[in-house]
Amino acid sequence: MPMRHFDREIEHLKELLLRMGAMVEDQIAESIRALLERDTAVAERVIAGDSEIDRMELEIDQHTIELIAMMQPAAVDLRFVAAAMKITPELERIADLAVDVCERAIELNREPQLKPLVDIPRLARNAQDMVRQSLDSFVRRDAVLAREVIARDDEVDSLTEQSFRELLTYMLEDSKNISRAIRLTFVGKYFERIADGATNICEMVVYLAEGKVIKHSNESA
Amino acid sequence: MTTMEIVTPAPAATAVPRPPAAAPAKIEVRDFNFFYGESKVLHGIGLDIPEKQVTALIGPSGCGKSTFLRSINRMNDIIAGARGEGLISIGGQDVYAPDVDVVTLRRRVGMVFQRSNPFPKSIYENIAYGLRIGGIKDRRVLDETVERSLRRAALWDEVKDRQNASALALSGGQQQRLCIARALAVDPEILLMDEPASALDPIATQKIEELVYELKSNYTIVIVTHNMQQAARVSDRTAFFMLGKLVEYDETRTIFMNPGEKLTEDYITGRFG
Amino acid sequence: MTAMPAPVMMNVRQRRIGDKLAIVVLGFSVFLIIAILAVILGNVAIHGAGAVTWEFLTQPPRDGLMAGGIMPAIVGTAALVILMSIAAVPLGVATAIYLHEYTPAEGLSLAWKRFRVSKGRPGRRRLFFRAMSALLATITRSAVANLAGVPSIVFGLFGLGFFIQFIGRSIDRATQPPGEVLWGQGSLLWAACTLALLTLPTVIVATEEALRTVPQDLREASLALGATQWETIRRVVLPGSLSGILTGAILGISRGAGEVAPILFTGAAYYLPFLPGDVTDQFMHLGYHVLILSTQSPDVEATKPLLYGTVFVLLALTFLLNLTGVIIRSRTRSKANR
Repeated sequence: MPMRHFDREIEHLKELLLRMGAMVEDQIAESIRALLERDTAVAERVIAGDSEIDRMELEIDQHTIELIAMMQPAAVDLRFVAAAMKITPELERIADLAVDVCERAIELNREPQLKPLVDIPRLARNAQDMVRQSLDSFVRRDAVLAREVIARDDEVDSLTEQSFRELLTYMLEDSKNISRAIRLTFVGKYFERIADGATNICEMVVYLAEGKVIKHSNESA
Repeated sequence: MTTMEIVTPAPAATAVPRPPAAAPAKIEVRDFNFFYGESKVLHGIGLDIPEKQVTALIGPSGCGKSTFLRSINRMNDIIAGARGEGLISIGGQDVYAPDVDVVTLRRRVGMVFQRSNPFPKSIYENIAYGLRIGGIKDRRVLDETVERSLRRAALWDEVKDRQNASALALSGGQQQRLCIARALAVDPEILLMDEPASALDPIATQKIEELVYELKSNYTIVIVTHNMQQAARVSDRTAFFMLGKLVEYDETRTIFMNPGEKLTEDYITGRFG
Repeated sequence: MTAMPAPVMMNVRQRRIGDKLAIVVLGFSVFLIIAILAVILGNVAIHGAGAVTWEFLTQPPRDGLMAGGIMPAIVGTAALVILMSIAAVPLGVATAIYLHEYTPAEGLSLAWKRFRVSKGRPGRRRLFFRAMSALLATITRSAVANLAGVPSIVFGLFGLGFFIQFIGRSIDRATQPPGEVLWGQGSLLWAACTLALLTLPTVIVATEEALRTVPQDLREASLALGATQWETIRRVVLPGSLSGILTGAILGISRGAGEVAPILFTGAAYYLPFLPGDVTDQFMHLGYHVLILSTQSPDVEATKPLLYGTVFVLLALTFLLNLTGVIIRSRTRSKANR
């Protein structure tokens, strides 16, 4: 049966979401680069690019409400639209966090590097992976993958803790380290919250695929 | 059943506020009133129906939307004591002007009714009817036009091998699509649909809605429906009628997401009607 | 609210008895009708079948109607029925079409009222014509209704006075040499016209009924496609009501075929040496022949077989006509629904 008008609308919404997801992944990647390569120009580009992501959030919002008003989606279609409505602000927050990382990076670049970064890059790559996988699971409506991603969040949390403890020692060692150490602590926190955002997206994917709400349950992170 | 009153159009009244149409207006209505004998059933209707879009007319029963629809192709003429005053013009031409030939008008403006009404003839002859009246006898032209109409109405695949079978043997949804094909055969510019899916089951309804969506690229469509969700799914612009008055007329997404009038909102949310 | 006491109901047994009683009574009436019919037909068949020989059907009568056959009467009846149909059916169908399709739907009183209150308003002329059309329809309908109640002998007298003496003689005065009478006398033509008047109401009423069975939807569909009213009638209404119209026509025709009183003064003859050659000729007629044989015969016993034979042929013809009607009706009906 040829694609219905309604199916085309759903496809369009999915495309918009994926486009936004791709942009957010880019922002994360660039923010990591700005941090590790100490490149202020890259950081500034990331910050400037955030407005486009904000615009996309508004566009998708408008689109989803219209879809509900005009098409009265039901069952899986309805869950899809509901999931889309919840994933979009999550992506926007993740993008904002990438911006925050870049702002700290710019500040850090004004001072010499405190220490070779070990934990934070690992933390960052984990968070980046989780975001990518959460979007994959959304595209494929793969609840199994989504649950795996949710499980990784514990690892990310412990990495964050580890990084903080190390930075704490630097702060206690020399008061001149404090400002850089604190900024790095923030950076770690940001990546932790990016990972949390990814798990929220995965909770939505499970709802979409199975109709089951695992938010705030013991299955969630 | 003689023709109805022809009244010279009232002078252009003060402009009825209407949102600017994005596309050129195909049908312009200004201060249109309609009477059945002594009782006035339409009051000062004014709107512009844009070309090659779907305009839906919604409202509670008896609000005049069907009467208004039938005024566009003057099908109300056949009702005793029916009288229209005001302007309805199609492509700039006043439909109620004294020199208008109703027969020609009805070829330009096709109509599909609430209950499908195929003639008790074969499928082929149903669709060829409009052509034969126009004097077309060439078998090849008829064959081509019948095929084209059936394709446009998404019915070709289902009936191409039995075009000589009786139209009455088709299912309800198929009969309605046949009526649409029949209307399309004479190549109208405008298609008026009076609750075309109200007598059909949900699957057949969905097919009709999908068909309307496809047809709008070639035809201007005005559809009356008592099913609000159908209006939301299918139309570009929506007009809300109540008690013979036009309450609100705007883009469909505005009407269904954020209507300007409280009456409209009450109706859409099901608080009455 | 306190519960209402259950109403006292007749027990079911009583009601069932009433039900069964109805069936018995109705069944008995049917039986009675069939029995009567069987007796009449049986009587005719028994006494008449023997007289119906090939000679009977193909030879003219001899010996002053006491022997021979009834061939001229058969021919005359056939010719009369054909002419009557030609006169009655088109006229009746056309009248019915006018009454049903072209008459204002609102009726005379409403149309007149609308005209009266429209003083000074535009469109007054149109309302006037509507009212006149409604008036014409009302007059026509009451004429048809009254016509249906006229006794057939009165038709005969009317035929004599109007068709033969007034119209026929006028034509003779205008076209014939003085004293010559050609049109001003009894003939197939005037008898057919008289009978046509008699069968008109039947045809009109049956046709209107048939037109009524065509749903209004179909007319609207046709008009919405840009057809004129006549095109709609020709292509949709008439084909759709054809079986009903044919039924009505045949009903009228078979009724007219059996009538004797209207043709008494308008052209039937009890003996003619020749067959009717054109419409101005007189003719013999089966029904009339029966009348003559039973009342004018010098030897009643001898002509009894001939009488029964004639009645047998007449009834057979009537049944044949009705059967044709049924066949035509069922075939046009099935053709329409194919």
